[in-house]
Amino acid sequence: MGGNFDNAGEVSSNIKTVLKQIGLPKDVIRKAALVAYESEINIVSYARKGMIRLRVVPESIMIEAIDEGQGIPDIEQAMQPGFSTANQKIREMGFGAGMGLCNIKSFSDVFHISSEVGKGTHLRMIIRASSAVLNS
Amino acid sequence: MDLESIVKALNLKVRSGEDKLKAEIRGGYTGDLLSDVMANSKEGDVWITRQVHQNIVAVASLKEHAGIILVHGNEPAKDTLEKAVKGGVPIMVSDLPGFEVIGRLYALMSKTG
Amino acid sequence: MTLHEIRKLLDAEVLIGEDQLDMEVKTAFVADLMSDVLAFATAGSLLITGLTNPQVVRTADVLDIAAIIMGRGKRPSQETFQLAEEVNIPILTTKYILFEIAGRLYAKGIRGCIEKVGSK
Ligand SMILES: Nc1ncnc2c1ncn2[C@@H]1O[C@H](COP(=O)(O)OP(=O)(O)OP(=O)(O)O)[C@@H](O)[C@H]1O
Ligand SMILES: [Mg+2]
Repeated sequence: MGGNFDNAGEVSSNIKTVLKQIGLPKDVIRKAALVAYESEINIVSYARKGMIRLRVVPESIMIEAIDEGQGIPDIEQAMQPGFSTANQKIREMGFGAGMGLCNIKSFSDVFHISSEVGKGTHLRMIIRASSAVLNS
Repeated sequence: MDLESIVKALNLKVRSGEDKLKAEIRGGYTGDLLSDVMANSKEGDVWITRQVHQNIVAVASLKEHAGIILVHGNEPAKDTLEKAVKGGVPIMVSDLPGFEVIGRLYALMSKTG
Repeated sequence: MTLHEIRKLLDAEVLIGEDQLDMEVKTAFVADLMSDVLAFATAGSLLITGLTNPQVVRTADVLDIAAIIMGRGKRPSQETFQLAEEVNIPILTTKYILFEIAGRLYAKGIRGCIEKVGSK
């Protein structure tokens, strides 16, 4: 799905639909959809191709975003709010604020990122169903 | 109405252009896309945005804005601040979201006309 | 405030959601950057934006946003329109600039989304 903005967000919408069918709390679904969406937009923006993997167990949701592409040279820098290499096209779509990875991190209960330059990037997020219930 | 009274009323933190706070405000504009702000904002507007990139200073001085209010506690980036200080462009910071800043500003401006 | 009242207040045109105009809203978020919306906007809020691409609808859908208001006389692209129909999110368009839209809504008692959604 890399590079193609036409359907960007479709995967996240599907994830949302599936989670709704399972009947998870609204707040948990929102977090999961948001995390998936920011990941999806990053893949479309910066990678050649990629996929989003969803796994649901009773107490938590695991989302993985795996792509093949340029990778991230400096993860610490990329994680900083405001850091972005987004081009004009991405900015016109309303992205490129340099907030995506921060959002993903703050909306997940567990967040892992690894990346290799020239190969790709791998995000792994866990959202607990129970903690979110307490929140809402 | 001038910037100084807005700074007081909205409790803004002034980061640059302290000597330009007497500037008269003619209107407000909000937007985060520089091309849009370039095209549609007016002279004397106070510009409300969350963009912290140095290009905001160029836009504000080209369009002769009264000043820039950064929302959500966003601070100007280092080179943005340097440019703003040099160019005498007032940058003010609010912790509030844009909607709240605009709402309060709009109320003040319609009161004083 | 209902979408009915908002339509009147902003002299807006309802492009999608004619059947949802009784919906009540209390909060709003104004932005052109979707990651900001994603970080801060709460469910059931209005999204006021100058953007018209499909990502606006996707973002609204992800967050359970009540309705989208497009300012500066902007109209959604064909894809945006179709997507909004599909996910059933009302879109209103008005000729006013975002500053005027937010100012008027605030004066009628609508408030900003203040809490950060993701904070625990
Ligand atoms: N999957 C990826 N592959 C390669 N680079 C990436 C990837 N994801 C993020 N990056 C890099 O990290 C930077 C920061 O990403 P982040 O999602 O935080 O912000 P953004 O995408 O630039 O803007 P926003 O997400 O706020 O719209 C990006 O600009 C890009 O340089
Ligand atoms: Mg991103």
